Amino acid sequence: MNSTWSRFNITSIVLGFAFLYLPIVLLIVFSFNESKLVTVWGGFSTKWYVSLFHNQGLMDATWVTARVGVISATVATVLGTLAAITLTRYTRFRGRVLFSGMVFAPLVMPEVITGLSLLLLFVAVGLDRGFFTVTLAHITFTMCFVAVVVQSRLVSFDRSLEEAAMDLGAPPVKTFFQITLPVILPAIISGWMLAFTLSLDDLVIASFSSGPGATTLPMKIYSQVRLGVTPEINAACTILIAVVAIGVIIASIANKRREIQRQLDEQAAQRG
Amino acid sequence: MTDIAATAAPSTQTPTLPARLAKGFVNRLVIIIPYLWLLFFFLIPFIIVFKISLSQTAISMPPYTPVLDFSDGISGFLAGFRELNFDNYTWLTQDALYFNAYVTSLIIAGISTMLTLIVGYPIAYGMARAPATIRPTLLMLVILPFWTSFLIRVYAWIGILKPEGLLNQLLMSLHIISQPLVILNTYTAIFIGIVYSYLPFMVLPLYSSLEKMDYSLVEAAEDLGCPPIGAFWKITFPLSLPGVVAGCLLVFIPAVGEFVIPDLLGGSQTLMIGKTLWNEFFSNRDWPVSSAVAVILLLVLTIPIMFFQQAQAKAQEQGR
Amino acid sequence: MKSLGSIRRDFAPWNDPNAKPYIQFDKVTKKFGEFTAVNNLSLTIFEREFFALLGASGCGKSTLLRMLAGFEEPTAGRILLDGQDLRGIPPYKRPVNMMFQSYALFPHMTVEKNIAFGLKQEGMPGPDIEKRVAEMLKLVKLEQFAKRKPHQLSGGQRQRVALARSVAKRPKVLLLDEPLGALDKKLREETQFELMDLQQELGLTFVVVTHDQEEAMTMADRIAIMDKGEVMQVATPAEIYEAPTSRFVAHFVGNVNMFEGKVAEHTANATRITGATGAEIVVDNGGKAAAGSDIVFAIRPEKIKVSSKKPADAVNALEGEVYDVAYLGDMTVYHIKLDDGQIVRASALNASRVTEDPLTWNDRAWVSFRPDAGVVLTR
Repeated sequence: MNSTWSRFNITSIVLGFAFLYLPIVLLIVFSFNESKLVTVWGGFSTKWYVSLFHNQGLMDATWVTARVGVISATVATVLGTLAAITLTRYTRFRGRVLFSGMVFAPLVMPEVITGLSLLLLFVAVGLDRGFFTVTLAHITFTMCFVAVVVQSRLVSFDRSLEEAAMDLGAPPVKTFFQITLPVILPAIISGWMLAFTLSLDDLVIASFSSGPGATTLPMKIYSQVRLGVTPEINAACTILIAVVAIGVIIASIANKRREIQRQLDEQAAQRG
Repeated sequence: MTDIAATAAPSTQTPTLPARLAKGFVNRLVIIIPYLWLLFFFLIPFIIVFKISLSQTAISMPPYTPVLDFSDGISGFLAGFRELNFDNYTWLTQDALYFNAYVTSLIIAGISTMLTLIVGYPIAYGMARAPATIRPTLLMLVILPFWTSFLIRVYAWIGILKPEGLLNQLLMSLHIISQPLVILNTYTAIFIGIVYSYLPFMVLPLYSSLEKMDYSLVEAAEDLGCPPIGAFWKITFPLSLPGVVAGCLLVFIPAVGEFVIPDLLGGSQTLMIGKTLWNEFFSNRDWPVSSAVAVILLLVLTIPIMFFQQAQAKAQEQGR
Repeated sequence: MKSLGSIRRDFAPWNDPNAKPYIQFDKVTKKFGEFTAVNNLSLTIFEREFFALLGASGCGKSTLLRMLAGFEEPTAGRILLDGQDLRGIPPYKRPVNMMFQSYALFPHMTVEKNIAFGLKQEGMPGPDIEKRVAEMLKLVKLEQFAKRKPHQLSGGQRQRVALARSVAKRPKVLLLDEPLGALDKKLREETQFELMDLQQELGLTFVVVTHDQEEAMTMADRIAIMDKGEVMQVATPAEIYEAPTSRFVAHFVGNVNMFEGKVAEHTANATRITGATGAEIVVDNGGKAAAGSDIVFAIRPEKIKVSSKKPADAVNALEGEVYDVAYLGDMTVYHIKLDDGQIVRASALNASRVTEDPLTWNDRAWVSFRPDAGVVLTR
């Protein structure tokens, strides 16, 4: 296999990753710029981070975003897991085609359409737009992503585990909670994390479904970006990137360690 | 709605036990809760969009008429129903702005998809041929930007592309150019933005189909006298087609309706339908017209979305 | 009556007309859509029996097992266990436990917890569970692995955990789905004997599904050979091998030579068979086939003697030439092409280090066998 890891392959990967990461790295670097001009280096400074924490609007938006993210990701994880079970376990029921359509379509649906349609729904049923409607909108579009993540785990799930549990006397519901759920839990957790970051990230759907008093962080950043690029926004972005990156890196290191431990265990077991 | 659950039955290939044993309450809830949620928050909104696209703009709240409700009884509802018409669609066809926006969006999305494929394929190929030990790390590095905010990633390019930005500073200090290039607020900037933002969506499906491929097939082709380039086009590329199709659809469909990238990188001179819809809604407050724009955009995307669903269903079948 | 092969132990309730059947499949049919997996099948299994279902994949043997466990309901027919109709009883209420082919060990539970799982469902008090688990761990010699998780065990250890888990509840019947399929050859042979000892020790009824005939022959009291959803023959391993009742069974188990022919004549204690090509065979157990009917004469390779000259006392002797010779160490296999063109396979045990009558390619040779060496098959 190593012989095929050619110079061409290495070059394309290096260039590809440079393309992916350089803009983010530059953004982070210029968040520490002394100068008010984002693109001219004027020396190292952390003053933009200080001013960030005195920006009450930004702080409020962060708090709104965090609450929307946690609530919507949690509800979406429950709904998405149920949808994934429906998709993998119930292969024949009336309306299944419609159901799988409704799960997969939001994955590629342009956000402007989803956002507009949800807004019109909220208006039609007379819901006041605000924190609650943003949360509902985020549950709806993130649950489909959770469903896809959990479904791919369920497809490879060894059904004989459930049969064994039932054979040993556990009724179906008990089997689900004692066997199925613990085994697919890692997929459910990554589903939650995905839903949370998608919610954290969303500008378009939030802009449609939100109202006064429920400005999310992306909405706030967007309105400031439209006024011009400032190091303060760079600083805000850097913090957001750092939070997500640290979360992802910790999760993957933990995963990696578990995996290594598992491999060591298996090797030890084979030796007897 | 109860008949959805009542007819729940296991497939003949894999007769599922839980489905049969507890035909009752729990099973119905498992199906019904997400089903109703999606019906109410995904499907019904589209019907409302369609209905409003047939209404007239009004200076009121909500800003359209008629407002269909039953406050005047059935007759009031029916009277309102007769007021619906296709005027907004006629309006869309008469103003070349909308037609141009649709066509430009499709062309931009198409070109960007091809560019993303060209950029993404070598990366995915290199990853799939990397030593097995570093592949998970490479995979994580591709996914990581996806976890950081889309808005932030687009924003990062403004500082690079603007006339006094980092790219022009670099090129001028290297004496490659003497005048700053105008990239920001052009279609070029939109292409760069889309390729950059959607690259992981292209690389991941490509990687998974290339990684599954048995490399001895290529060796067999070369053993039978096929030169490496020929082996690539005759063996590797055809076998990676499912990944190519999935990746292209994952990039193309959302790119057509993209708003953030044309808005931030394309400036006011560029025209894309997502931005048109946004402006129609937020600036002009014309809900019926923006609904009509959305309905047509959805119709335009129906075919690629159906392709995408079929690809998904197929992948799901093979996973079994 | 002459006995066929060896009888393992003095246990043969199937020969006792008064013995009470323990498991009964009564005209059971199972359809999956258009496909018939099990077709109008009847079968009786006795208490404490080690019963094997043997067949190629897709013959319906696993479906039969899964119906007994309760994972599938028969489309038609009844399944009785100890006189009780099992219809409608879900698997978690059946006094039957199963050992899965994949072992199906719960990955998030320790060995101990896996074994205790079934006992907990029963509502057994804690101290009793501990006692039973310890007992089971001792039985499968895994005492020091109690706190490990399945992925920390070797294949053979996992197999033993699965076994301990499935017998912990003392089921009336233990079902084993390809229990040794995932083990390597050496471990498989050892484990076969362990399973037999365990069955004796616990006094349980075992029903095992396998596609490995050697495994079935070694372990089972009786074997049911299955094909296309039907039982072809149910008998002891010796009977299956020495007295198959159909071409399918004769072919399926071991090697066999088949001669097409007609029954020419029944005499007092012999039957003359004329082959399609004129060769005549005399057998002393011609069966019930009427004179003139088409039959097949089947004979195992090791029951055929090969020699360079026609044996003086042979009742049946056919001439041909050596077509192929394969020396396998413990025995030598000859392929003799008879003068009518049919190829006969014969094997000779290499009982001594030097062969007295060496035969090689293209030598003229005679094949001979006794009148009781083969069987006459009508189907």
